[in-house]
Parts: sequence; structure tokens; C-alpha cells
Amino acid sequence: MFYREAGDFKTSYSDDGQTFPIAFDRWRYYAVMAVAFLVIPFLINDYWEKSILMPFLVWSTVAIGLNILTGYCGQLSLGTGGFMAVGAYASYKLMTAFPELNIFFVVLLSGGITALVGVLFGLPSMRIKGFYLAVATLAAQFFLVWLFNKVPWFYNYSASGQITAPERSVFGILVTGPNAAPWATYLFALVILTGLAWVARNLTRGRVGRSWMAIRDMDIAAEIIGVNPLATKLSAFAVSSFYIGVGGALFFSVYLGAAEVGEAFGIDKSFLVLFMIIIGGLGSIFGSFAGAAFMVLLPVLLKNVLVGGLGWPTDLAAHLQMLIVGGLIVLFLILEPHGLAQLWRIAKEKLRLWPFPH
Amino acid sequence: MKLKLALLAASMLTAAGPAAADLTFPMLSYRTGAYANNGIPFADGYHDYLTLVNERDGGIGGEKIRITECETAYNTEKGVECYESTKGEGALIYQPLSTGITYQIIPKATADGIAIHSMGYGRTSAADGKVFKWVFNYPGTYWDAASVMVKHIIDVEGGDVSGKTIALLYHNSAYGKEPIRTLEELSKKHGFKLQLLAVDHPGLEQKSQWLEIRRSRPDYVLMWGWGAMNPTAIQEAANVRYPMDHFIGVWWSGSENDVKQAGDRADGYKAVTFHGVGDDYPIYDDLKTHVTDKGLAAGAGDQLGTVLYNRGMYAAMLAVEAAKTAQEIHGTAAIDAAMMRDGMEALEITEEKMAALGLPGFGPAFSVSCADHGGPGIGMIQQWDAKAGEYTIITDQIEPDREVIGPLIEEDASAFAAEAGIEPRACE
Amino acid sequence: MSIEALNLIEVLINGLMAGVMYALVALGFVLIFKSSGIFNYAQGVMALFAAMTLVGLQTGQVPFAHLLNAITGMHVTHFGWNMPSGLAILLTLGVMVGLAFLVERLVLKHLVNQEPIILFMATIGLAFFLEGFGDLMWTAEIKQLDVGLPGGLSEWFEGASMALADPEAGYWGMYVDKLDVTAAVVAALLVISLTLFSQYTRAGRALRAVADDHQAALSVGISLRFIWVMVWSIAGLVALVAGIMWGSKTGVQTSLSLIALKALPVLMLGGFTSIPGAIVGGLIIGAGEKLFEYFVTSDAFHGLTGFNIDATENWFAYVLALLFLVFRPQGLFGDRIIERV
Repeated sequence: MFYREAGDFKTSYSDDGQTFPIAFDRWRYYAVMAVAFLVIPFLINDYWEKSILMPFLVWSTVAIGLNILTGYCGQLSLGTGGFMAVGAYASYKLMTAFPELNIFFVVLLSGGITALVGVLFGLPSMRIKGFYLAVATLAAQFFLVWLFNKVPWFYNYSASGQITAPERSVFGILVTGPNAAPWATYLFALVILTGLAWVARNLTRGRVGRSWMAIRDMDIAAEIIGVNPLATKLSAFAVSSFYIGVGGALFFSVYLGAAEVGEAFGIDKSFLVLFMIIIGGLGSIFGSFAGAAFMVLLPVLLKNVLVGGLGWPTDLAAHLQMLIVGGLIVLFLILEPHGLAQLWRIAKEKLRLWPFPH
Repeated sequence: MKLKLALLAASMLTAAGPAAADLTFPMLSYRTGAYANNGIPFADGYHDYLTLVNERDGGIGGEKIRITECETAYNTEKGVECYESTKGEGALIYQPLSTGITYQIIPKATADGIAIHSMGYGRTSAADGKVFKWVFNYPGTYWDAASVMVKHIIDVEGGDVSGKTIALLYHNSAYGKEPIRTLEELSKKHGFKLQLLAVDHPGLEQKSQWLEIRRSRPDYVLMWGWGAMNPTAIQEAANVRYPMDHFIGVWWSGSENDVKQAGDRADGYKAVTFHGVGDDYPIYDDLKTHVTDKGLAAGAGDQLGTVLYNRGMYAAMLAVEAAKTAQEIHGTAAIDAAMMRDGMEALEITEEKMAALGLPGFGPAFSVSCADHGGPGIGMIQQWDAKAGEYTIITDQIEPDREVIGPLIEEDASAFAAEAGIEPRACE
Repeated sequence: MSIEALNLIEVLINGLMAGVMYALVALGFVLIFKSSGIFNYAQGVMALFAAMTLVGLQTGQVPFAHLLNAITGMHVTHFGWNMPSGLAILLTLGVMVGLAFLVERLVLKHLVNQEPIILFMATIGLAFFLEGFGDLMWTAEIKQLDVGLPGGLSEWFEGASMALADPEAGYWGMYVDKLDVTAAVVAALLVISLTLFSQYTRAGRALRAVADDHQAALSVGISLRFIWVMVWSIAGLVALVAGIMWGSKTGVQTSLSLIALKALPVLMLGGFTSIPGAIVGGLIIGAGEKLFEYFVTSDAFHGLTGFNIDATENWFAYVLALLFLVFRPQGLFGDRIIERV
């Protein structure tokens, strides 16, 4: 089977406008979904769940969120960690205040609350642009972390300010707490991520997404052709924060189970997500996944090779790991500034022409 | 080809396979990151003691110890990764070495049936063995430390602190907030005024707090600091000429790293501790013969005799003694995690035992029981002698005020039990 | 004067001093941003790296000792010398110039004409790399830094300010750290010499030309690459100064790189492109955050509002800068942003 459109006849407009216009791509997509939903849940164990798959799913959700704001709408944000904290604390308060509420709705509601907070902190974007905005979003980062640390109401007056997720279940199957089975938490996060990614993909292809991109490419020009900058930027902040909030809620309740705000949602998380979308590719949903996978897998891989494989002392390995991650980031930016998604795009173009490139 | 690569990648992601029949002691250390300079000596001490047991005694009861070190950088997610990657190898005991990671893996380890020993950190109410079956924090907790410090102050003041002011300078995190509730109770009991001063991570800039101390002149300052906050605070204290012998740190604020930057001006700084200081113990001869001279020392091998190195060694010693106890109880050398827990619960440290190990008078004598996982909480006060460049212990062992702490522990533990749906087990 | 007023002045003075310390870090950012449009996140790590190198050279540490020992089984730690501070500082400066050269050769050269966000990310990558490299080279343990700078409370000032209050009031004078005063003097010297350099030397004029317009500068024959190496070297010098000042205060350790976070609000407020802006921004931020903390922790505030808040300094600086920006989006002294379609 060749990778091309030829011979794959479209008979309706909706066929023509689909996400994967090439039959091979569609099948590949179905195959990935089938593996993710039907194969992995039977193979998964604690280590794969907690060290690789859950972080990947959670960070993908967050990366899609930031990519909407930064990649599609061009608003550089360093407040991601703070917004994740909003999602996490919202889910904690909802879980403890309404024990009957299904965890699925808790997660979505947490996203909604984060969206409101995001809009609030998005307001300065009307006046401030570029790096000034990036630094301004740091105000959100530091203020939110301080707030959750300072006000005891947020952590239900516990002695030390740690929050711990109580056990909650979906259809009678535990998805939070230490006794949840790996496959259950994995599937729970996967279902949410799949739904959100589907929505994001279609949002960015539609009118809303196009107005975001118009603002990103040149906001004054966009304004002149009739795109409302206020509504567009704020909608980007809202949607982005919703995703980040859902990610934060999953991060706390399903993945970690306990968190302390300064440590779990610090500034380094904001940078981590920014790395993901830049390495993956700005303005690409696939890039968000690729970037999250890269940043989650690379350190684990390096650690296992250096410590497990070569038997080096852990501190040397950790220093080298930092050095290598930093070096690879620079190398990546030099070789392909548009990220893994661009490599993927180039590969697809090449495949389309293969074996007759001329 | 692709499949092969994928398989290769997958096998690299999974940690190295377990070796059979050894006693596995995973080591969650942090030799990098913002707190590296505290993590390195502790990790070296822990590692060296276990190496010593392997080299000198051929392991515990004939079973070699396998140390699997895993770098956490004091980061919770990395800690979880370390926990998950090492627990499958027959891990006997976890010492998470970070309050955040401890909170994180308490529920997980309880579900998996592996004991946690958070020595002098972590969740204080885990001292309640009825609720926390798998968690131990002997020989003392932060709340004990707070009480010991206040008792020391009462001693110095000649028995009465009513009307005095005691300030608490704390790292604005779960760890730093731990002693507040205890100190509030103690201030009610003894009639001193408590002044709270928070310092945010990383604590490189503490002008506001020290100006406040200079203005309000509290009679004593207690410090719950960590990382860069400690040397900065001691430097600032010296700058504002706060009397050093009225400045008392918790055991994580009392290492050589913390006082050296301030030089001579740090002379007289005090900290609470639960184990001996210096390298004037017979065990150091063994360490020299069996570990350092053979080139087996962990890290750079330059931390021997420091406060945190001794603490790491002490943690390893308690773990090894618990393993020995477990071997006695169950009559087998090849113990598993559940037997290890039994050993920890039946652990008894006596003066004779410590002397036999080459650590006479190193820590308090104590025994653990089903209900009490916290030990006696006995502490001593150590003081920095800048000229000699070492800490010396200046007090006897001080017992904490369990009348105050006991109910607090019970309250917090039962709140946790209610929240997590745990039925406290009956002890005898 | 009443003691309350004197206390307020004391907080203000200390805030200004802290502001100078922030400005020292911010200066490095401004230099690089002005000349190449790069927001150099690695500035904080450069300060850490410079301080580590300085201490390492001073005490004769063997670079990469740990790595060498692990690979070869040797046991080297120190060369066994103690270098005079002045020589060590000069050598460290040499290392920073070498670093600037390498950064230009290996990173910047390949990223010409990329979008600002890509360059920004590259500097974050550089920050990671440099931190790992520094730890590997000089180990991650805490080290004392002592180049003979004065430090501690200034007794003269304490005595002088004591006289301002009523003798019966029991006022004990104001606290000023001599190290902070030194830092302020050094910062002033640094700004003056940078200004002189950019006004009166050939290289300095070329620098300003590049800052004004890259392409026009290229067309009159100014070598961009030379300018970049030069600017990164100067930023390395500024990083070294900041590293010495902060290192003398807290010891040299990994957390030192986090001082970059204290410099960012200063940048926002002062504008990314203005050297005086960095100083003025630093002063405003330093004084503002200290006064605010003093205000919210005071009994009066507590009594008035019932709130009990503290440790506000981390976020207050950012919020203050944010408020400024809403009214002046390019910062106090930044170049006006002109937008065309």
C-alpha cells in the first residue's frame, strides 16, 4: 500500500475536510488507538504506569493546553505551573467537599475553574506582548503558588499543607488512591486525553482556531480584517487554561495522589511544558504529544542507560543527564527549530512522493 | 528492524532485572538539584555503612546487601519513578529522604506492603503505629524536636520562659510548617509569645525577616530551614549581631555546610540533633580499613565525620539492626519486606548494642512497639565551635514533652485515618 | 524622628540595597537583549558557573575530579595550591570569555534569524547544559566564597543613625550590610564603565550600532559575530560580579542560579533594552517588595484587615511590575514599541 491520496476518492465535503485525508494515515491512527485502548491495558504494570504512561498522558494534556495559547495564539506564557495548581487544588476541594460527585466531573469542573482563573490572568495580554507578557504570566505563577501555600482553606487546614487525594471510582472501579489498578488510572486519563485532543484538533481547524492563528501571525492585521483581539486572546487563555487545569487535576488526583504546591507546581513545571511544545512543535497537536513523550522518556532512558546499563554513580549520571538534555535541546533547535512535528511533516511529504521524488 | 529498536528501547526503559536472594536496600538520594549539598553527605554515609556491613561482616546474617541507589534530586515525580522502578526488586525498606516524597509514597508503600522509615522527617503523625502500620519515624519527629528546643530554652532561662518571645524562622513549605502547631501548644503551656517568620524557597534573600527580628528582638530564634536558606540565615543573623547561642536550628539546619560561609561569626550557633557528632567513634577505624582504604567510599569520599554523614550512617545502622531483628524473629536470613517490617516494629537499640557496633553513646537507647513507631524523641543540643571547625554536644539527652505532643499526634493520625478510610488496628 | 519613621527608612534603605543586588543580575540580561534580541535565560546559571569556577580556581580544585576518579580509578581532588583572589578573578574572566566564544560558535551562529522564542529556548537549553557541566566540573557541594570583600553590619552607620532618634527612646540604630554597600559601589562603577565603553570606544560604538539596527550595522562592515562574542563576554563579566556578590552572601551552591528569577521583574519594569532602566527598576522592585512585606506583616495591617499574610516578596515584585506594564507596555525606559502592518 502506498502512502498517497491517489486512488482514494472523496465523495463529500466532509470526507475532503477530514483530519487524516490519506487512507494509510487513517489506518495507522486506528491502529494506534486500538493498541492504546485494547492492548496496553492488559500489559501495563505499576512501573510503566507511574513512570512512563501516566506522566506522558498528563503532560500531553497540559502541553496541548499550552500549545493552544502559545503555539496557536502566539501568547507566550510561563504561568503553566500555577494554572496546574489551580486545577489540582480545585479537584481536591471538589473531591472533599462533594464526596458523591463522580471523579470524571470533578476533573472537568476543575478545568472549568482553571479557565476562569486563566481568563483573569489573561487580561493583561490586551496591553502587554512578547517577553513582557511571558514575565507577566510569572506573576500568576508565583501568586497562585503563594496563595495555595498561605491560605489553609485550600488544603483543608491539614498540619503541613500537603493535599492527598481520597479514593474515588468510576463505574465502581477505583481510579484514584493507592489501591487503584494501573490499567484503570491509565484508561481514565487516556479517555479524557483522547476526548480533549479530539476537541482541540477540531477547534484549531475551525473558525476559533483560525482567529487564534490570525492573532498569532500579526495581531494588528488581524484586528483590521475583523478579528476581535479581546475575545480571541481571552478565548485562547480560557481554552488553554481549561486543558492545563484538567492536566493539573489528573496530575494530582490520578498520577501522584499527593502534592505540595511549591514543590509540585513550581516554576520548573512551566519551563518543562514550554520545552515540550517547542521540541514537539509549536502549533501542532501531534507536536504536543511528541514533545511530551520526548521530555518524559528521555530522562528515564538516559538514567537507565547510564546507571542501570553502565553502572555509573547516580550523581555523575544525573549531572550528565542534565548536560545531555540541555545539549539536545540546543541541537534540536539548531537542526529543526519547528520541532518534531516538522520532521514528521517532512517525512510525510517525502513518503507521498516516494519512490519518484521528481 | 523497527520492532527490534522498539524492543531495545522498551528494555532500556525498564530498569535492570532483579538479582536473586540478596537483601535489597533501595536508596533514594539526591546528589543534584537545589538541596544537593545536604543530600550528598547523607547519601555517602548511608552507602558507606552498608558497604562496611558487606565488606566486614559479609552482609547481614550471611546475606549480602544490594544497594540500589536512585537519584531523586528532591523532586517528587522522580521520587515516585525511583520508588516504582526499585520496588519490584524485592525492596525491603524505603528511606525517601524528603518530606514531599514521604507523603507521596506513604499510601503507595502501605498498599504494596513495604515499610518506610522516615528518620527525623516526613509525616510526624506516622508515629502512631495503630494507623500507620507500614511507616516508622523513630527515633524522633519534628514535634519532638520543637519540644526539645523549647525545653533547652527553659533550661537556659532557669525554668521560666513566660513573657519571653520565641521566633520561628521557617521554610515556607510542608516541612517548615510542621512545628507550628506544637509550638503554639507549647506557647500556651509555658506562656511564651510565638512569632512566625516565613521564608520562601530558595531563601537567598532574607532581609525583611532579619530586619523584623532586629526590630522586635525575640529572645530566641528557632529555625526550620533547608538548603540555601540555612547559610543565608546564619550569615544574616551574624550581620545583625543576633546572639548566636540564642539561635537554634532543627537537625536539618545544623550541618557544617550551613555555618561555614559565615566563618567565625557563626561561633556558638546551636542545633538540635538525635545522634553523635564527629568521627571520634571506633566505627571510623572499621570504615577506614574496610571501605575508604579499599577505594569503596561512595561519592567523593570527603564527607566522613560530618553531621549529615553521621546521620546517613545512623539511618543505615538502624535499618541493618532492624533486618537483624527480623532475621531473628522469623528464623531465616532471606527476609522479605513484610518480615522486615516486623523487625522494625520489634527493634530495640540499647547502649550495649551501639557499643558493640562501634558507636557507643551515638544515639538514644530506645525500642519500637506496635503502637509507637516514633521512638522516644530524645534530642541533644549541639553547638558550633568555629575555631575548631566542629560541632560539640553541649547537653545531656533531653526528653520531649509527650504530654503535649501525644494528643497532637493522635488527633492528626485519626484525622488521616478518617480521611483515608483506615480502621486503626488494635495493639495488644 | 520617631522610631516608626526610622524603621521605615531602614526598610527602605535595605530594600534599595537589595534592589541593587537584583539589578546586578538584570544588567547581564539587558546587555544581551539589547545587542542581539536574545532573552538570555542562562544569565543566572552563568553567575553560578562563574562563582563556581572562581572558587574552584582559588582553592585549586581539580576540574572533573569526580568523573576522572570514576573512570580511571584515581583519587584526585585538589592541586594543592591557593590562588590569590585577583588572579583567580582574572582567570575566571578568561573562562567566561572562552564560554562566550563557544556559545557564539556552537549555538548562536546556527540560530541567526530564528524567532525570539526559539532563541529563548536555546538559552534555556544552554542553562541546563551549563548547570550540568558546572556540577560535573566542580561538584555540586556547597563552597565558601571569600575574595576579601567587607561584610557585616556597618557600625558607623548604626551609630550615626542612632543619633537621629530621641536618646531616651532606646533606638539602636539602623542596619546596613557592608557587602550591600560594596555591591552598590561596584554596580555604579560597572554602569559608569559600561556607559563610557559604549560611548567612547570603537567597539562600543559598533555595539550601539548593532543594537540600533542589525542590518544597517552589517552593511557598514561591523562584524556581528565579533559583537556577539564581545557582548556575551561582557555579560560573563557581569555574571561574575553578580556571582561574587551573591556567593559571598549565601555560599556557592546550585540554588544561586535562581537569582535569575529575582531579576526578571526588574527587567520588566525597567525595560529589556535600557541599562539605567535595570538599575532604576531594581531599586523600585527592591524597595517596593521590602516596604510591602513590612506593611503587610505590621500589626497595624493585621489589626485593620484581619489578614495574616507574609512571605509576599516572590510574587509582589512580579505583580508590581505587571501593574507598571499595564500603563507602559515597554517598561519604564524600554524602546517604544512601534507596530506596523
